[in-house]
Amino acid sequence: MRVQFKLNGKSVAEEAHPDETLLDFLRERLNLLSVKKGCDEGACGACTVLLNGQPVRSCLLLAVQLSGADEITTVEGVSKPGELNEIQEAFLEKNGFQCGFCTPGMILTAKALLDSNPRPTVEEIKDQFEGNLCRCTGYEQIIESVQRAAELRARRQ
Amino acid sequence: MEAEVRPLPKFEYVVPSSLDEVLNLLKDYPDKARLLAGGTDLIPKLKKRAAAADLVIDLNRISGLSSIELRSGRLHIGGLARLSGIKESSLVQEKAQALVQAIGVMASPPIRNRGTLAGNLCSASPAADTAPPLLVLDASVRLQSARGERMVLLPDFFLGPEKTAMRPDEMLTEVIIPLQEGTSTFMKLGRRKAFTLSVVSAAVFARVSRGKFAEVRLALGAVAPTPIRGRKVEESLKGNEVNAKNIARAAELIQEEVKPISDVRASAEYRREMSSVLTRRVLEQTGRGGNHAGAI
Repeated sequence: MRVQFKLNGKSVAEEAHPDETLLDFLRERLNLLSVKKGCDEGACGACTVLLNGQPVRSCLLLAVQLSGADEITTVEGVSKPGELNEIQEAFLEKNGFQCGFCTPGMILTAKALLDSNPRPTVEEIKDQFEGNLCRCTGYEQIIESVQRAAELRARRQ
Repeated sequence: MEAEVRPLPKFEYVVPSSLDEVLNLLKDYPDKARLLAGGTDLIPKLKKRAAAADLVIDLNRISGLSSIELRSGRLHIGGLARLSGIKESSLVQEKAQALVQAIGVMASPPIRNRGTLAGNLCSASPAADTAPPLLVLDASVRLQSARGERMVLLPDFFLGPEKTAMRPDEMLTEVIIPLQEGTSTFMKLGRRKAFTLSVVSAAVFARVSRGKFAEVRLALGAVAPTPIRGRKVEESLKGNEVNAKNIARAAELIQEEVKPISDVRASAEYRREMSSVLTRRVLEQTGRGGNHAGAI
């Protein structure tokens, strides 16, 4: 089946099988390896992408479900090539990652949060990240990274 | 043991644009078709071979099924309304507090952004968190098929684990909550605070008048083959004073109504004890007229 949607601002039109998840479509057809395959059943958050600005699990969506009106954002789409946005800078500064496997999902989840709530409280950050698992950091540095990203954003606006 | 997650099996995929088309497909393929709404339950089940589908019918492009509105004294929640949208709805926040509290402690935000209320009910997990609130709010569901439609009260809808009164050619198109004066509260006990399945959950609806329970309904999840109403508890409380003694007696009484099992999350014995604890806490909360509940 023909699949058409917007990916990071550009139109994509490709063939896909009905049984192909968006996750496999992004990784295997479009070589977007920032979208990680962890549990493949919606539990870990590593495959998080933004669907029209909202975080969703790409392992629970079929690629064929998308339409021309849908926009998917991956971590490649949050900043210009060769540059970092505030969230990425903040994760670097505050050591918001170690192995990095969960990081693309964390960055996108942070973007969705800060786009709708520019100065979230620690409780609001914890709520938003309920479904993004990290086995390295113990989460404290991730919370600090999101707070720092909020500061950086506020300063630049 | 958890089943292994494998690539999705092969299936045919259709994306109808009207409800009539869906109902006709269900009429023609009643046993082979599965409805895809949020996909947060169906897709993992297909991957684990815990569900089978020759035909997946995607409901996401049917318009008019996601509305949340008030019509002649009833709150109507469309079968495609997302859990996150229901939680954010000011109408639901005002009229069905326990449902908002339950959704707030279900799964995680990305799952709630896709998952639907109808899907949570149709999966018919004994631990489904939206069920106890809807049971105490006296909700019913609209089941539509090419043959017609019928309304089913929620206690008659759940038949057992993953079993409902819905026939293979039917679709749950709407959840309907009659508006009543009173407050509702939900609490859940999980293995951790967030992103967890309920070990025991409880909801209560009550109207307190002159210090007495004028109206009271209690429901529990994950303590029987289906979510259950605590009818003996309700009878013991109705018309009686809201006080610690009556609430303590009600909390004892709930043990006669639960039929918990032991599983990976908790033992039957623990669930039985916690049924009393949660019953007491939701009743205390409602007795105070407060709504500060959720995960405990």
